[in-house]
Amino acid sequence: MTAVFTPIDPTQVAAAPVTAAALPPDPELPEVRRTLRTTQARDVLPLVGAAAAAAALAWLMYFAVAPWSGVLGFVMLWYAFFVGLYALLVSMDGDAPLIKDRVAAVAAHSLAAVLLLALVVVIAFTMWRGRAVLPYGNFYLEDMSIAGPLDPLAVGGILHSAIGTLIMIALALSVTIPLGIVCAVFLSETSGGFTRFVRTIVEAMTALPSIVAGLFVYAGLITLQGLSERPGFGWAAFLGQKSGMAAALAISIMMLPIIIRAADVVLRLVPGTLKEAASALGASRWRVVWHVIIPTARSGITTAVILGTARGIGETSPVLLTAGVATAFNLNPFSGPMSSLPLVTFSLTKSPSAAFIARGFGAALVLLLVVLILFVIARIIGGRALGEQTPRQSRVAARASQRDVARMSARHVPEARVPDETYRPPSPPAAGVA
Amino acid sequence: MTVTEATTYSPPPDEAPADSPRPLRSRRNPADVAFRSIIVSAGVIVLSIMLMVGLFLLYRAREAIDAAGWGFLTTAEWDPDGGNFGIAAVLTGTVLIGLTAIIIAAPLALGTALYISEYAPFSLRRTLINLVDLMAAVPSVVYGLWGLFLLQPDILVVGDTGEGLPRWLATYFGWIPVFSITSGGTPIDPRDPLISDSVFKSSTFIAGIVVALMVAPIATAVMRENFSQAPLSEREGAYALGSTKWGMVRAVVLPFGVGGIIGGIMLGLGRALGETIAVFMVISVVFTVQPRILESGTSSVSSLIALKYGEASLFATSALMAAGLALFVMTLIVNFGASAVIARSRSGSVSDA
Repeated sequence: MTAVFTPIDPTQVAAAPVTAAALPPDPELPEVRRTLRTTQARDVLPLVGAAAAAAALAWLMYFAVAPWSGVLGFVMLWYAFFVGLYALLVSMDGDAPLIKDRVAAVAAHSLAAVLLLALVVVIAFTMWRGRAVLPYGNFYLEDMSIAGPLDPLAVGGILHSAIGTLIMIALALSVTIPLGIVCAVFLSETSGGFTRFVRTIVEAMTALPSIVAGLFVYAGLITLQGLSERPGFGWAAFLGQKSGMAAALAISIMMLPIIIRAADVVLRLVPGTLKEAASALGASRWRVVWHVIIPTARSGITTAVILGTARGIGETSPVLLTAGVATAFNLNPFSGPMSSLPLVTFSLTKSPSAAFIARGFGAALVLLLVVLILFVIARIIGGRALGEQTPRQSRVAARASQRDVARMSARHVPEARVPDETYRPPSPPAAGVA
Repeated sequence: MTVTEATTYSPPPDEAPADSPRPLRSRRNPADVAFRSIIVSAGVIVLSIMLMVGLFLLYRAREAIDAAGWGFLTTAEWDPDGGNFGIAAVLTGTVLIGLTAIIIAAPLALGTALYISEYAPFSLRRTLINLVDLMAAVPSVVYGLWGLFLLQPDILVVGDTGEGLPRWLATYFGWIPVFSITSGGTPIDPRDPLISDSVFKSSTFIAGIVVALMVAPIATAVMRENFSQAPLSEREGAYALGSTKWGMVRAVVLPFGVGGIIGGIMLGLGRALGETIAVFMVISVVFTVQPRILESGTSSVSSLIALKYGEASLFATSALMAAGLALFVMTLIVNFGASAVIARSRSGSVSDA
């Protein structure tokens, strides 16, 4: 027994900080407030030290030891030194699990930084190279029919392409929005072998490369040049040539599976209790869909459509095959090539002329801004959860239900109503009902 | 306990007919019948459009495949009107660009997804998710511009001698066949100071980096979605057992999200294989099987179509359709594999990419 209860040696207590912490606080010393922050100086300082030391080492290697050059190489060398030195510094504080933890954190942070930095660079580079044409008003108001490769930026613009893009996407959306949403309702509201088959095929079609969609329209419609010369096929004249309509078809084929799939996912997220409640109140199937499911999923469906639109606007390869490049305005989608923003970017930047390349970057910038605006709208609408309402929407809904209450209490006036504290019609029964 | 009004239930008189099951037939509401027929017909229309695309591709491609036979898979040249054509070269190029892209994109996507779901400050998370999603929506032509005008001339192949990462890789890893470089079939020494920068331009590697940036956000989105669904109780359990953050990630988040990781990578690969315009802008198309990724000149199925569609005769269009069909089959297999893996993973999340 005496061996177990060895009296504590005071010198050992002082040497072991863990035991010291367990001792009652010294009443002489004032209590120090503990910091609750998760980042502390001892976590940050090794990072700073390793970064500085790595920069110095990399500089030494680059300019004093090895005959190397190039910014990319310097950065990679610095990073290798940094990770090594950081692991070394952390190893002074703790053991293997701690080192692994810190190095993994550094890796995750730096990979994310590379990817997000790349995005910022892609967008900033387009803006930087496109800035030269932005001050020219004619860039937004003219077409390219009179602008040659040697003309300055004060001549010509991309309005024809912007209008072409708008016409094509409007035509495509007029097909894909109704068809896509109704098909998504079909997928979510019915079940059985046929539904599963349609869902599988739609899912397969999301894998269709956009250029194959373009090739389908090209081979199926545009190569049908002889058709309109046959008697009775005069209406088919638009089939034999590149046109905005053909491009709209190609974009529709590409967008339709994307929209259906995204909308189907959102519709299936509508809580079953809502549908059951609506059915239990006696609503028929279509009323459940129209008054409960669609309003609940509205923001998600809108997001699906807008993101599909952003994809459709940005795709170059289907319009390359089906709409062609035009330098002049063409407002008729049924005849002749119709330019679009991604394609004009592509074709202008292929030119060796500096002015054309600048205009191409300008067109890319306009395209990027359009996509950005669509994306922001989609996020503002779709950022809320299913069925969550804006203050305005909930005010409208509250007013509507007040009207319903008034209407119903006016119709069914009970002969002897039990006084009920919880039920109060917000407005008095309409006059004329005795 | 006084029983009142015992008259509410009386046994049926003997002469009443015996109970028979009521016929359970719902009355057909005409509006519902119309509604059902509308949604079913929308399904039928969409199905027929999709089947039409697929069957038309098959039908038009058959002509060329019948003419070429098995040589379609082994021939590198593309001369359909001369009867000598095949997809060996373009398929090799497509697969190599896709693999390069996904090898670069996978660690980027994994790191970013882990950062967003585990490390990022809570207030920043929403912004980062939006940023990644925005990256997926940026048009491919913009990525192509970036690759052609910034990445290639200013970051990777700098100056007249092409200093940069490709040359470095060729110098120190040239003994690996895919990193070697040749000029017209004869190996050249990357240490030679006189070689021109054009040897390193327009290569599979550069196209792969551009495509990697395009597909990384898609893979990131799928992975992050999976990681964020890892159950809180298991995370807290790991912490309670004294795990570090990385220990928790290794023990809980990564095993939970492994389906999302594989699914996201495959979805990105499917996208990378079908990418057209960014690749077409960067590469210079050659019709030989070219497995050296750092060397100038490569090809892809989609670039082939973009390059050759205009000058094609009816039969040549059919040959292009066959190439497009091969590409479609490839992306289809990869995508279905991805959704199967995602669906079978423990999290079983849905993806909207």
